[in-house]
Amino acid sequence: MGGLVRTDSPEIYAVVGRVATEPLDSTRPVLARGEDADSEEDVIRDNPQLARLLTARFEVYIAGHVENGVIRQYLPPRPPRVHSFVYACSPEEVSLFTARLDLLRLLLNSGAPHADEIVGACIRQAASSHEQPDDFRAHACRTLAVELAGDVARLSSLLRRISP
Amino acid sequence: MTQSPESNGHDAKEFGDHRIETGQGQPIGMVIEGSVANGVEVRLDSGVSVEQIKVGTFVTIQGTGNRFFGVVTDVGLRSTDPRLKYTPIPVDDPFVIDSLQGTVAFGTVSVLPQLTMPEVLGEGEGPAAAKSIPSHFSRTFTASQRDVETVFGSESDGNFWIGSPLDMETKLCLDLGELVKRSMGVFGKSGTGKTFLTRLLLAGIIQNGEASSLIFDMHSEYGWQGQDTDRGVAVKGLKQLFGAKVSTFTLDEEHSRRRGVSTDETVQLGFNYIEPEDIELLLESLNLSDVAASAAYNLSEKYGQEGWLKEFLAAGRGGSLLELAEELQVNAGALRALYNRMGRFTRHGFMVEHSRTDTAARIIEHLERGQHVVLEFGRYGDDEAAYILVSNLLTRRIHRKYVEAKESSMGGAGKEPRPLVIVIEEAHKFLSPSVASQTIFGIIARELRKYNVTLMVIDQRPSGIDSEVLSQVGTRLSCLLDNERDIDAVLSGTPGSRALRSVLARLESKQQALVFGHALPLPVVVRIREYGPKFYETVGRGEDSEEERKRKVEELFGG
Ligand SMILES: Nc1ncnc2c1ncn2[C@@H]1O[C@H](COP(=O)(O)OP(=O)(O)O)[C@@H](O)[C@H]1O
Ligand SMILES: [Mg+2]
Repeated sequence: MGGLVRTDSPEIYAVVGRVATEPLDSTRPVLARGEDADSEEDVIRDNPQLARLLTARFEVYIAGHVENGVIRQYLPPRPPRVHSFVYACSPEEVSLFTARLDLLRLLLNSGAPHADEIVGACIRQAASSHEQPDDFRAHACRTLAVELAGDVARLSSLLRRISP
Repeated sequence: MTQSPESNGHDAKEFGDHRIETGQGQPIGMVIEGSVANGVEVRLDSGVSVEQIKVGTFVTIQGTGNRFFGVVTDVGLRSTDPRLKYTPIPVDDPFVIDSLQGTVAFGTVSVLPQLTMPEVLGEGEGPAAAKSIPSHFSRTFTASQRDVETVFGSESDGNFWIGSPLDMETKLCLDLGELVKRSMGVFGKSGTGKTFLTRLLLAGIIQNGEASSLIFDMHSEYGWQGQDTDRGVAVKGLKQLFGAKVSTFTLDEEHSRRRGVSTDETVQLGFNYIEPEDIELLLESLNLSDVAASAAYNLSEKYGQEGWLKEFLAAGRGGSLLELAEELQVNAGALRALYNRMGRFTRHGFMVEHSRTDTAARIIEHLERGQHVVLEFGRYGDDEAAYILVSNLLTRRIHRKYVEAKESSMGGAGKEPRPLVIVIEEAHKFLSPSVASQTIFGIIARELRKYNVTLMVIDQRPSGIDSEVLSQVGTRLSCLLDNERDIDAVLSGTPGSRALRSVLARLESKQQALVFGHALPLPVVVRIREYGPKFYETVGRGEDSEEERKRKVEELFGG
């Protein structure tokens, strides 16, 4: 969670907001198995069908896109095409994309029930991609302070999540 | 995200380039609200702490169409969220605190924009009174040296450098030409630097050369030398600095000789110069009754203006006071009291039955030559009656002469008399409500500069001065005062006196003055320039100032 991913043509950036392992068929809930097994590997080995019935799925929140070579931190005109490949961004790409932080506003207002968790995670992760992680963190926090100027309680709890 | 600290920093850089052109100071914030009546509120940039900005600091605000000049009247702490004060904040986490400071919790300063600055410096009109306020988001800067010069005038334009504004190294200058047009006052508790400030101003006036001055030097500290009580050294007086431009007169030759000080002339006053009005002034200091004072008028009626005192004293010595009392129909006791007091008073060394030289005329001669006159009182300075009497009777006669000269110049004959500044200490003794209407000083203060004569009053108890007279004191320079009534008196009739009150009461105990009134566009707290060797150097060259040279040339060629 909080990681930055992107698609190619159109180049759309997004922040991972939710990761889950789910059944392929949503009408068939996942049951607990392997109460007798010694280890988690044993459970998978003993139930080879699991790998086919379950899948890892993640949801992302769009954080911006690239238009004519310029980074825009607002929603793209069209969503990514179905079946676009999604790549995890390299540290260079993260550092470049997060040079501006308008994306924080998109995330805070994304409507995600745990938006603050996503924002906190995103800043913590992105910081490690920057040459000066502390400066980045401070910049991000001041940006948050401006965004959440009217809600000190929310801001303060969010800041504590980012505080090194 | 319109307002990240980065974008502020960016603005500052933009203005940085601008700064070079217009001489802006350091950026501190931007206007967020305000009104003409109450001034504007400036939100400080995140890097600027409220602790850096003091009340009284000058700032400029770059509006869209105008540049404003104003003064900080208040400093405050604000927050974007009113719940801030109830929200627990991890104060021990510097990271969180840093993030909140300047964003959610920020400093503000209230600024009263008082002037609009000309767009192009040094051309055409100067600053004008502000009739509007800068618009939202206008950038605010600390005032630069250039700004202060534009507003108060610069040394290079012939103004006199008297010190620096609060927290600035900038030279703050006064337009002495404007200053001497109206009466001025130097106030402050004892030991706050009144004498030093006055000497500095006088040095400026002498150097500037537009006006003459006559100084009634009670404690003999302006003429040859004065005392720096803090450092225990002597400081140069005006005579030492300006040589022939200054003439020193003394009432007490012996005192001068003992101090090893040479004076130009010794003053002798004939009895014939004392008028009944003078006696009235001395009621309090000589402890005389009204009846005794009015007897002087009867005497002058009987013996004539010239000889009354001499004849009266002779009659007293001859033992005929009783008959005299009967003849004049005045109380014999009162007449005796008058005789005793005047008898004692006339034994002062400077009193003679008949003086051969007319001191007032001599002083006028010097003044007409463009010289400045310091009258040292020597040991008589501690004699209140002597100080009051001598300064009154000389001033009365000099004033008379000025009135004549001015009137004949208005009638087309002769030229205008040179402006004259008369300096008196312990001014409340001459200008208290009970005597202000009678003394010549009260008259001079009230008639403004009709006859080109103005006063410089020095006083530690301004509340003792008649309020009507005080209201005519155009420019006031006040060092620290702590008596409420004195503060009220000094600020009386001044707009915005509420804000100034606190400024006045918070001045440093020495060498700092609140200067306001006629000669300045707005009130300013000044750290008074050091009067010492460095200052001597700037005047010691003995050169004439630009104006002085021009004046002399004009005089030579009858311009
Ligand atoms: N401008 C100044 N330059 C140097 N010293 C000063 C200045 N103003 C005040 N002082 C110091 O303060 C002392 C008191 O000043 P003074 O003018 O005699 O006070 P006041 O006349 O108000 O009683 C001086 O002896 C001097 O040491
Ligand atoms: Mg003094």
